[in-house]
Amino acid sequence: MAQHPADLMESINKPRITRKTKTEKTAWIVLAVVAVLIVHTLISNPNFEWATVGRYFFGFPVLKGLLLTIILTIVSMALGTLIGLVLAVLKIMNITPITILVDLYLTFFRGTPILVQLIFWFNIAALFPDLFLGIPFTDIGWGINVNAIMTPLVAAVIGLSLNEGAYTAENIRGGFLSVGKGQLEAADSLGFSEWTKITRIIIPQSLPTIIPATGNRLIGMFKETTLVSVLGVADLLQSVQLIYSRNYETIPLLIVACLWYLIITLALSYPQKKIEDRYSKHKNSGGKVTATTEGVKLG
Amino acid sequence: MISDTAVESDTAVETQRGLVEIYSTTKSFHGNTVLKDVSVCVKPGSVTALIGPSGSGKSTLLRCINGLEPIDSGVLKVNGEHVGVVERSDGFYSLNRKKRALQRVSVGLVFQHFNLFDNFTALENVAIAPMQVLKRSKSEAYETARSYLDRVGMLERADHYPSQLSGGQQQRVAIARCLAMKPDVLLFDEPTSALDPELVGEVLDVIRKVSASGKTMVLSTHEIGFARQIADQVVFLDEGRVCEAGPVEQVLDNPREARTQKFLERVFG
Ligand SMILES: Nc1ncnc2c1ncn2[C@@H]1O[C@H](COP(=O)(O)OP(=O)(O)O)[C@@H](O)[C@H]1O
Ligand SMILES: [Mg+2]
Repeated sequence: MAQHPADLMESINKPRITRKTKTEKTAWIVLAVVAVLIVHTLISNPNFEWATVGRYFFGFPVLKGLLLTIILTIVSMALGTLIGLVLAVLKIMNITPITILVDLYLTFFRGTPILVQLIFWFNIAALFPDLFLGIPFTDIGWGINVNAIMTPLVAAVIGLSLNEGAYTAENIRGGFLSVGKGQLEAADSLGFSEWTKITRIIIPQSLPTIIPATGNRLIGMFKETTLVSVLGVADLLQSVQLIYSRNYETIPLLIVACLWYLIITLALSYPQKKIEDRYSKHKNSGGKVTATTEGVKLG
Repeated sequence: MISDTAVESDTAVETQRGLVEIYSTTKSFHGNTVLKDVSVCVKPGSVTALIGPSGSGKSTLLRCINGLEPIDSGVLKVNGEHVGVVERSDGFYSLNRKKRALQRVSVGLVFQHFNLFDNFTALENVAIAPMQVLKRSKSEAYETARSYLDRVGMLERADHYPSQLSGGQQQRVAIARCLAMKPDVLLFDEPTSALDPELVGEVLDVIRKVSASGKTMVLSTHEIGFARQIADQVVFLDEGRVCEAGPVEQVLDNPREARTQKFLERVFG
């Protein structure tokens, strides 16, 4: 211990106290007032009909709708990610006609509202009533009645996946572009094929950028699925709509839907936060993490 | 008779292995001419040092030899083969990606900033190209990789990622990665200029060892003392031109050109 004047010893050990600023104090008061108002309305306004909310919350049609929403999210997300990956790979191959095709796709699907796209797919039979899948210039193949197969659910999956693919492609391409030029040159100078370069270097190195962004899009997709209710797909929203169109308990049933969307979104946010933290650490640290922990130990 | 000619052409290829010929080569980027009428010949098994101020075109020349950059005019051959192109009566046609990749296998390039693959350990960095490009089995590639890591003194760090290695260690792994492809020509682009001074020695030691093994090497460097030790030939580039070229004693000890003298004075301080 260093030698200090005795009267200082007491001061040295006093805790540091952070004082709240005036703005912050005011903000806390505002928050308290808002909270009281919200709680008061929720309790005192009888139109919320919490009893009805409780009755339908675990009701069979609601749970069935929720399950369909979840399945729709997973399937569309998986297909969309696959489409996005293929588009991104096609685009970095840097072959002009292919790039033009991919850009056409991206422009169309990013430039028009998803709601319109969904309705469009549902009505695609008006444009192509019969599809013939087969070997060109022969009679071998299968005729398909588009009207028969384009059910609301199929149109929903196609619409959501193709749209998601366009956004995911840009997000994956962004990840690809974040890979250092030196890494690609090293691969080229060693004689890597394009395929090896993409699968062994570019994709693994862009995962830290792609995965957190994909997680965010998954949460987005979960809410976006509500749009398919316009096609009559019995997702969560459509299920509660069906119920309140019969019993007119509109608000309580919308609250049921909102609560479920909130619960799932929050449940997804937690792993998403973990993933973001993990990958941002992975990206910025390298050997420096060990250096700082050593520094802390020494000090 | 037929078999005789076959044997003859085989030996012709063998005597050219490691030969680098550059004749009146020109290269420009967006109208900025970076290499002007460059001619250099590197004999098999010899060591050539490229010196010159920064921006004089050393990196560009090495990248052309490796086929990373196409040249605009002139002739550039490695092992007696045009790099990146095939000659026809009406001109040079560029090779497809596959053939260009194949050519690059015979020329290794060690970068100034190492460029080890961040997502692989030291061992994987050395093993990946033999596995993916030369189609070696995993066990064989890893075994060879270990022996090359041992040769550059990095076997103990085989399982470290590049971010966990010092610059000097990364550069030694990068050299092992090149050697594992058994190239005929090894190019070094200022291999020590990105290193802290105390790490330069370990990398130069490794390069000296490689040069003693009789590999054809072209090395751009600011380490004039080191060039004097290992080079057979010194090429002084200035503003994209070969200003002076010849044996070490001539270019470094008795430079004829005023520009060479001035450059050497500046480097030695
Ligand atoms: N990819 C490129 N695009 C445009 N200009 C380049 C490129 N690479 C090199 N240059 C230019 O070529 C000149 C020579 O560069 P370089 O070969 O790196 O020289 P050195 O390695 O001797 O320092 C510089 O003026 C540089 O700006
Ligand atoms: Mg350079």
